[in-house]
Amino acid sequence: MSVLIIVESENNALKRNAAEVASYGVALAAKLETSCTAIAFHAANATELGHYGVTKVAHVSNGPTHFDAHAYASAIAAFAAANNVSHLVVSSSADARFLAPLLAAKLNAGYVPNVVELPEEMSPLTVKRTAFTNKAFVYTQLLTACNIIGVGNNAFGVIDNTVDCVVDEITAENAISNLEQVSIEKVTGKATIADADVVVSGGRGLKGPENWHLIEDLAEVLDAATACSKPVSDMGWRSHDEHVGQTGKPVSTNLYIAIGISGAIQHLAGVNSSKVKVVINSDPEAPFFKAADYGVIGDAFEVVPKLTEKLKAFKALG
Amino acid sequence: MNILVCISRVPDTTSKIDFIEDDTEFSIRDVQFVINPNDEFGLTRAIWFKEKQGAQVHVVHVGTTKSDATLRKCLAIGADKAFRIDAPALDGLAVAKELAAFVKNNSYDLIIAGRESIDYNGAMVPGMMAALLDIPFVTNCVGLEIDGTTAIAEREIDGGREKLKGTLPIIIGSQKGLVEESDLRIPNMRGIMQARQKPFEVVPAQEAPASTKDIKFERPAPKAEVKLVPADDLDQLIDLLHKEANVL
Ligand SMILES: Cc1cc2nc3c(=O)[nH]c(=O)nc-3n(C[C@H](O)[C@H](O)[C@H](O)COP(=O)(O)OP(=O)(O)OC[C@H]3O[C@@H](n4cnc5c(N)ncnc54)[C@H](O)[C@@H]3O)c2cc1C
Ligand SMILES: Nc1ncnc2c1ncn2[C@@H]1O[C@H](COP(=O)(O)O)[C@@H](O)[C@H]1O
Repeated sequence: MSVLIIVESENNALKRNAAEVASYGVALAAKLETSCTAIAFHAANATELGHYGVTKVAHVSNGPTHFDAHAYASAIAAFAAANNVSHLVVSSSADARFLAPLLAAKLNAGYVPNVVELPEEMSPLTVKRTAFTNKAFVYTQLLTACNIIGVGNNAFGVIDNTVDCVVDEITAENAISNLEQVSIEKVTGKATIADADVVVSGGRGLKGPENWHLIEDLAEVLDAATACSKPVSDMGWRSHDEHVGQTGKPVSTNLYIAIGISGAIQHLAGVNSSKVKVVINSDPEAPFFKAADYGVIGDAFEVVPKLTEKLKAFKALG
Repeated sequence: MNILVCISRVPDTTSKIDFIEDDTEFSIRDVQFVINPNDEFGLTRAIWFKEKQGAQVHVVHVGTTKSDATLRKCLAIGADKAFRIDAPALDGLAVAKELAAFVKNNSYDLIIAGRESIDYNGAMVPGMMAALLDIPFVTNCVGLEIDGTTAIAEREIDGGREKLKGTLPIIIGSQKGLVEESDLRIPNMRGIMQARQKPFEVVPAQEAPASTKDIKFERPAPKAEVKLVPADDLDQLIDLLHKEANVL
């Protein structure tokens, strides 16, 4: 029995969510009274996992340098089988949710994503996860010898616990893909929805794409990602990958600011697990006020530029 | 080209989520079940291939007779044949095993599933199927072209897109963007009439065991009242976000 923590990397460095997954894995191993190892691909700074209590990292330095679900799943499955791994811990990022099902089938492991706490029962292992797109929680038992827990994004948090961390370089012979990457386009220098601490989101209340500077200016001050409601992307005001909600991207950030968004059930479901929600809407009856922590009743065209200016001043003070 | 679309059946997005039997069971009272929205995008793309490049479109579902109306709707939208694998959908891995066995006994060039079911948000069945069948898989798929035996699938990633190339057969996890919402098909009278004549087969199950079991549901804690800040006192909002919420 042992725990294997799967951390993500990009451009030869750990991704931010590695800290939370590592924190969870270390806490799980302590509860199980067993050892834990992390596995990372192409991350020059893998020793930094020592900040979160990880003492051992298996670092795979061959195979595709970009995230490749098939190649990575093959490599991890082989490592898990060779090292008597009983529990695998992954994040619930889009990449992790691409990888984990492949791994689960290879290892014949039960897999539960969106887990929000450490297991409440160890035998059978019982975890609490979100279901119905954040409209409920469910307690799920894992019935297999080997199992996979997907930690919900921003659900468990980061535990600082600095230890010495040793990195073992390993070669994964089977890190081979059945897909070829033709191209990748990714915005640079801008926060993305999955990775940002703050998301600023605009709805139909903004009247048209020409007004999106309101959203972008506010986002810039907050170092936030921009997002939008579904009709906004349907009408082509913003690109599809900004659409958040039940049928769009999930948002699980520290601060979500909704501007000119009514708060339809399908929108709320996808953003509800954010820690703090702020709504700016001219209609006091907008359903979003029932889901938000803080609200401003007012015209976005007046409130948002003012808020942006005030935040600029606030940030300038440090 | 033979296309298989995997269909899951979920509560309509506006359904009230409620539990019974001491919160051990999801209450289906007043709940309307629909085709999982992500699968609807996939089915529409499959019908596009049928019309533009020529294809047979089959739909498959692992479930009980309760789902028959959902499968009939897929036929009315334009699928050619429906299969129901006769087993309750216990969990993702069990469903994937049933589907993988079904695919092995038949021959498909393209298998389309949804990125995730919007009820339990598993996002696991198609990837598990792909690993069981050892064929390529692309999820969060927002673009798909097939040329001969080559598939080019585009995947939405955080902050962008990735284009991947593979050889058929391939499995994709579809979502909005694969087709536009305005292109979704709504069954018309003719489609509904035709659906009655289309083949609908019930397939015996492998009875794959479950790897997980849901034992109890919980409602989220009731939310505290929103704190309203006057529009002319935004300093107060910044102060609250900074000192009380600790997010600035
Ligand atoms: C199957 C299905 C899935 C769906 N999935 C999603 C999803 O994933 N994500 C999603 O977002 N939606 C989704 N929807 C759509 C959802 O039901 C709503 O239609 C949508 O969220 C509404 O978007 P909105 O709030 O931008 O627009 P509206 O509902 O039109 O709201 C606009 C808001 O702006 C306010 N407003 C107007 N002018 C101003 C102003 N000057 N200043 C401030 N406020 C102003 C109005 O008071 C209003 O509250 C889905 C629907 C279905 C049927
Ligand atoms: N019972 C089922 N029968 C057929 N296909 C399913 C079933 N459950 C899930 N799927 C497919 O797998 C996708 C992802 O579902 P899930 O892994 O449950 O989130 C769905 O969008 C369907 O395409």
